[in-house]
Amino acid sequence: MNNAQNRQAVLLASLLLVASCGLLLLGITVGSTGFESVANMQRDPQAMQIIWEIRLPRTVGAWLAGALLGLAGAVAQGLFRNPLADPYLLGSASGASLGVALAMALFGVSPLATQWVARLGLTGAAFLGAVAAVLLTLLLAKGVQHTLRLLLAGVVVGVVLGAVTSLILLLTPDIMQAMQAFMLGTTAFVGWTACAVMASAFGISLIAAWLMSHVLDGLALGESTAQSLGLQLPQMRAALVAVLALATGTAVAQTGLIAFVGLAAPHLVRSVVKTTHGRLIVLSSLMGAVLLAAADVMARWLMAPQELPVGVLTAVLGGGYLLWLMHRHTGRGAGL
Amino acid sequence: MIEPTSLIAVRAHEIRAKLGNAEVLSDISIDFLRSRWTSIVGPNGAGKSTLLKVLAGLTPFTGSVELLGQPMQSLPAKQRAQQLSWLGQNEASPDDLTAYDVTMLGRLPYQPWLAPASAADHAAVAKALRSTHAWDWRGRTLGQLSGGERQRVLLARALAVESEVLLMDEPLANLDPPHQTDWLLLAKALVASGKTVISVLHEISFALQADDVVVMADGRVTHQGVCADADSHRAIETVFDQRIAIHQLAGQWVALPKIQIENLKI
Repeated sequence: MNNAQNRQAVLLASLLLVASCGLLLLGITVGSTGFESVANMQRDPQAMQIIWEIRLPRTVGAWLAGALLGLAGAVAQGLFRNPLADPYLLGSASGASLGVALAMALFGVSPLATQWVARLGLTGAAFLGAVAAVLLTLLLAKGVQHTLRLLLAGVVVGVVLGAVTSLILLLTPDIMQAMQAFMLGTTAFVGWTACAVMASAFGISLIAAWLMSHVLDGLALGESTAQSLGLQLPQMRAALVAVLALATGTAVAQTGLIAFVGLAAPHLVRSVVKTTHGRLIVLSSLMGAVLLAAADVMARWLMAPQELPVGVLTAVLGGGYLLWLMHRHTGRGAGL
Repeated sequence: MIEPTSLIAVRAHEIRAKLGNAEVLSDISIDFLRSRWTSIVGPNGAGKSTLLKVLAGLTPFTGSVELLGQPMQSLPAKQRAQQLSWLGQNEASPDDLTAYDVTMLGRLPYQPWLAPASAADHAAVAKALRSTHAWDWRGRTLGQLSGGERQRVLLARALAVESEVLLMDEPLANLDPPHQTDWLLLAKALVASGKTVISVLHEISFALQADDVVVMADGRVTHQGVCADADSHRAIETVFDQRIAIHQLAGQWVALPKIQIENLKI
């Protein structure tokens, strides 16, 4: 019995890894200058630069950001025992937006700036904003022990910070367009530094979440039962919230607010294989990675040489998928 | 009732507990005997479930609880989890986990961190699933099971702990009559093998199948005694405002509603 489950999980993991490799190759070949860059790579230093400095890091970056969001989604849904929980739940998204809006309004930097100082400044502002918002949510919820209070505090923080961001936008209309790009999410500016940051955050989050996966399994039985099984809920829950904040904050800081990947990835995995959180976390990371890497390739491809913001694609595709999932479930007479 | 400590599975002393600002348990001191099945009965809001949670260490309280002769507060969490198993009422149901995986969670107290399940764990899970007749759907997720089937898996999860003491809140919820009878036989078999079972039961006729009964009202214990005792029967009838009567039928005690003519008027 367990064997069938094992096989499914291994099969899915292999498929996702193969897809990742395929997307990586595809990611190198797709862009405004098209496939020629790859063909000319050996001779033409400019083509080499396009591939090495632009296409490869953004493809790897999209993969990593997707992995972070997929991981965060699996952790959020397990922690809040709610299939509709998404990684932005604790206010990190609105916090990151506010951080970016503030940075742009105060220092006049643009997300399109190529200087690494400006990029680093915006990334830092987004990360600080995300972490500050999560801390604010925890403060309002008086800790992590009461799940419903945590969710409500997250909503309140999201709405209030969102309003402040809108106010800043209204007062400094110059940054409107740049801000819009951030809100939609984009993988266009991911360089090797960003990849290194995301890879480290992903490594830490994945190991930490995997080490605590049995707590998420236990929590699925309800708080009392989890506690009766000897799980140290208070400490573990705090650590899981930290993982959630790190993974989401890092992804948001590098790629903006990418919609639906964190929400859809765990669902997609569960629709294929029913498994415990130890595997779900790994599979969901891979699924998120493949989703965003695919969306990144499509964003460059669909209107080439123009580019769609990748967040628009994930929103449309993710939203469509969720609708389909909902209707499939209602068709069978069960709730989502 | 004074008993040597070795005969006591769970001892609660001067327990007080609150839900919000309301005191739900007021000064309860009670012993639960080892290798016995004790039912807790009483009207809604009497504090039965809260008392059970206190005994399992799952809700804040003042006073002290001893588990198998040791103060529970000082027991390491894992050791307590091995000695005491909990089956709650209306708790979350992990719809996306298979029955086998859910039952395996009952082995968490025995598994060192990150260690895979041992042969003993698999054996305990198989035994538990078979004893609740849930083995056949071990590969199905809980979301694919009916309420009663799910309850049998959750029961198997509690059994898989193989603890000395089992606390169950409304274990018969959602079970059909044959499986209610199965649960009854299971409880008796557990007690025969030396385990201690403490259950909150609404169904008085089932509660009376136990060895001992604890009657509660308004956060206090109004009676504790052997189920077959007439005193216990009177205490139960009293706590339910004389609206039920306990009769003997086919060698068993059954509670029937008292139907009086004036009650039939609308």
